[in-house]
Amino acid sequence: MSNTDIIIHDEKDNVGVVVIEKINPEQDCNCWIMENDKSVSIQSKDEIPLGHKIAMADLNEGDTILKYGHDIGKVVKNIKKGEHVHVHNVKTKKW
Amino acid sequence: MEIPKSFLGYKRENGRAGTRNHVIILPVDDISNACAEAVANNIKGTIALPHSYGRLQFGADLELHFRTMIGTGKNPNVAAVIVVGIEPKWTKRIVDAITTTGKPVEGFSIEGVGDIDTIAKVSKKAQEFSMWASEKQREDCPMSDLWISVKCGESDTTSGLASNPTVGNLMDKLEPLGVHLCFGETSELTGAETVCEKRGKTPEAQAKFKKTWNDYNDFILKEATDDLSESQPTAGNIAGGLTTIEEKAFGNFQKIGGCQFIDVLEPAEEPTKGAGLYFMDTSSAAAECVTLQAAGGFNIHLFPTGQGNIIGNPIEPVIKLTANPLTAKTMSEHIDVDVSKILSREMNLSQAGDELIKSTLRVANGRLTCAEALGHKEFVMTKLYRSA
Repeated sequence: MSNTDIIIHDEKDNVGVVVIEKINPEQDCNCWIMENDKSVSIQSKDEIPLGHKIAMADLNEGDTILKYGHDIGKVVKNIKKGEHVHVHNVKTKKW
Repeated sequence: MEIPKSFLGYKRENGRAGTRNHVIILPVDDISNACAEAVANNIKGTIALPHSYGRLQFGADLELHFRTMIGTGKNPNVAAVIVVGIEPKWTKRIVDAITTTGKPVEGFSIEGVGDIDTIAKVSKKAQEFSMWASEKQREDCPMSDLWISVKCGESDTTSGLASNPTVGNLMDKLEPLGVHLCFGETSELTGAETVCEKRGKTPEAQAKFKKTWNDYNDFILKEATDDLSESQPTAGNIAGGLTTIEEKAFGNFQKIGGCQFIDVLEPAEEPTKGAGLYFMDTSSAAAECVTLQAAGGFNIHLFPTGQGNIIGNPIEPVIKLTANPLTAKTMSEHIDVDVSKILSREMNLSQAGDELIKSTLRVANGRLTCAEALGHKEFVMTKLYRSA
């Protein structure tokens, strides 16, 4: 089994979580989808540290981020597949 | 793994069992701390539980203070209690309520006597209690004598990925054995509140949860200067990769596995509907939450952390687990159970749950937790509003 670089909770999710110390720009990463035990791959665009999220698809302003299969916030700045997803481009819908 | 049927605990007079055998010196109020601490210093085998409140409180806030004091004394991890307050009336109220458990309790008040003579009197009683308690032996207790509370802290994305689901796996395995379980953190369910509500076992439990969360949210909207974005998620959460309160909430929620809650408890309220999972209305501040759960009668606590929260409690042992490999390495003296191998897929969730059950039983049987060995005794009152 190849090493897992990124874990995705649910098949519906459009973000994954980096589970190695960091991934580098243009790194080819192995992703494991926990829900159905499938594997997919993605090439990163940014350096992303352990625990931080990567976009699994192109996302536009106003789109909903799905993690655990649930709505965890909205995109406030367009995000390309493979880019770092965090407080600079995603905000809560609560406030 | 076959789950053991029993653990070695201290059987108490009221039929509960403790995982610890503390003799506590409990100050009713802030100004009685000095006396309580002097006694605990004099008499080995006792611990003082100093705190910051207990004067001029009123209404629901005062009731919560009493509930926390009384519940702490009643907790089966406590063998015997000495209550010390400035005035006799509130002291007696606490003593009388703890006495219903059948355990040794004695109250003292300082007014008209002074610290020095009170310390002498209390020390004599504390010595008697400490030596009495030292003869108590651990005996076989059924797993259903475990009352397990959970709360996570300094969470990051590894909490939602692995350490919280590990706790959820333990809950799924232990709930059928008649264990009492408790989760809290009203604020940290924000974003997952409607999903959580549906986990209520009955329409009553669901409605009670909805009301509790709505009351909390109304309070935030009324009191907050803008919103909670400065404190939820915390700076530590954001450093760990958590972006929004919703993301944190769904991670948090993994702690209850597939269980349904049977009732919603007031802060520090003792459950009365039998074994199973309860939700307690608590702050998400670690020490406040665990203090309330201990006062509710829970005798062992599981605390998943991502970035490395270091909390302990004076009477309820706090077991820490992390799935963050960096935290497991850099803060190893605080971590009882390392489940970071889940992230590298060298361990699955069920194996991690089994490891956690084994560690929980070792601690229930007497092994010190990291927090106990390091002397963490955070005892923090929840205050509902300012005193008169």
